[in-house]
Amino acid sequence: MSYFSDIYNGIKTLLTGMSVTGKYLLKSQSGAITQQYPDNKDTLKMFDRFRGEVIMPHDENNEHSCTGCQKCEIACPNGTIEIIWDRGIDAETGKKKKNIDQHIYHLGMCTMCGLCIEACPTDAIKWGQNFENSVYDRKHLTRVLNKPGSKVRPGVED
Amino acid sequence: MPEGVASIVEMILIATVYLILFAVAGLYLVLLERKVAAWFQLRLGPNRVGYKGLLQTMADALKLVSKELTIIDKADKFLFNLAPYFPIITALMALAVFPFTEELQAFDINIGLFFLMAISSIGVIGILLGGWASNNKFALIGAMRSGVQTISYELSVGLSLLTMVLISGSLQLSEIVEVQKEGWLIVQGHIPAIIAFMIFMIAGTAETNRAPFDLVEAESELGAGFHTEYSGMKFAYFFLAEFINMFIVAAVATTVFFGAWLSPFGITESIPMLGIFWFGLKTLLIIILMMWFRWTFPRLRIDQLLTLEWKYLLPLNLMNLVLMAFIVWRNLTIQF
Repeated sequence: MSYFSDIYNGIKTLLTGMSVTGKYLLKSQSGAITQQYPDNKDTLKMFDRFRGEVIMPHDENNEHSCTGCQKCEIACPNGTIEIIWDRGIDAETGKKKKNIDQHIYHLGMCTMCGLCIEACPTDAIKWGQNFENSVYDRKHLTRVLNKPGSKVRPGVED
Repeated sequence: MPEGVASIVEMILIATVYLILFAVAGLYLVLLERKVAAWFQLRLGPNRVGYKGLLQTMADALKLVSKELTIIDKADKFLFNLAPYFPIITALMALAVFPFTEELQAFDINIGLFFLMAISSIGVIGILLGGWASNNKFALIGAMRSGVQTISYELSVGLSLLTMVLISGSLQLSEIVEVQKEGWLIVQGHIPAIIAFMIFMIAGTAETNRAPFDLVEAESELGAGFHTEYSGMKFAYFFLAEFINMFIVAAVATTVFFGAWLSPFGITESIPMLGIFWFGLKTLLIIILMMWFRWTFPRLRIDQLLTLEWKYLLPLNLMNLVLMAFIVWRNLTIQF
């Protein structure tokens, strides 16, 4: 008699579905996921995994950990990252050393794929949580990630 | 005032009151639908216009009234303009027979349930006409599906109500309420009544063309279905009629299964005016149940729709009818 067991299973699965949405209904008053954005601008905190833009964290001594290896530039599928670098003489060892002049990031071309961040061997670049990225002129979308006068943190290259 | 004129004036006054009351109620059902849909999806829903979005639906109505009524060159103009009036007029006519309290019943006829079923199937003519007259392939497919669906599910609605008529012994709605003073019919009829209620809810949802049976509109495949070519107020008539029809299905379920204006265990029997509160509350709960269906289940395919009706609901309904007849015959009903 698969006819009646079909009916029984049908009703059971429908009730399972309804219990899921029913729980949502009861939870919705406290746990709605909607963000009322412009109203809660001051308290809105984006989630850890949110991909807003690529940033390069600097510490208090204005030092970053980018060695200028260009792995991110190679990993980027659409040429979003450009690194301008030159060779200088290291003051301590006297050897030739590569150091970055400008780490240029074109936000307008970035698809937030994250390949550059995965490729970075020294974790010099990370995801930033800022999402208010609209500007009046597209030249503002081209950003230099390393701050002026910053240098690589000692010990990163070892 | 002569008696004839007085009765006509009385009819017009009552009709106006009903019209205004249920137009507003229909508008607020739209808001409730949007709010409940949002809650089922962990969203907030409309909350900007007025306190907690309560005026949103008024703003929408104002927008629809002020919109242009587009007319299609190739459409059959007379039928195209006529079609929206069928669903809205039949929906409002059906409201006349409901017993909201013991006294508040506009039109108490002895074939009440039969009248309700007859009038609610006229509405589909408007949908068929609208789809046909639009001269649009999406509208035509939607309208034909609506015809198939309504003709099939009419049977289940009728048979499940007939099951309950066996126990109430009358088609008159006030009589049906009278019988339920010894316990609501869903309690009196126990097992077959619960089966009949489930079948009625499934078929009623299909009758009002709501998801999961919204093949008539099927946004993803047919644009907007039969009302693709309608705009402004003519669209609003179809839209409002859908929500008033939902109210009607819920009100029929309330009247036939849950004792209409009777309070549970007779707790407010001494205050007859509270009947309207109990009627409203029960209807609202059933409407929310129908919204729960809509925001949980995926849409059926047309062959699945017909399989469900002809291979499952109809045979079950006939078996249930025999079971109910047996229970009434052997006096196995539960009465307080």
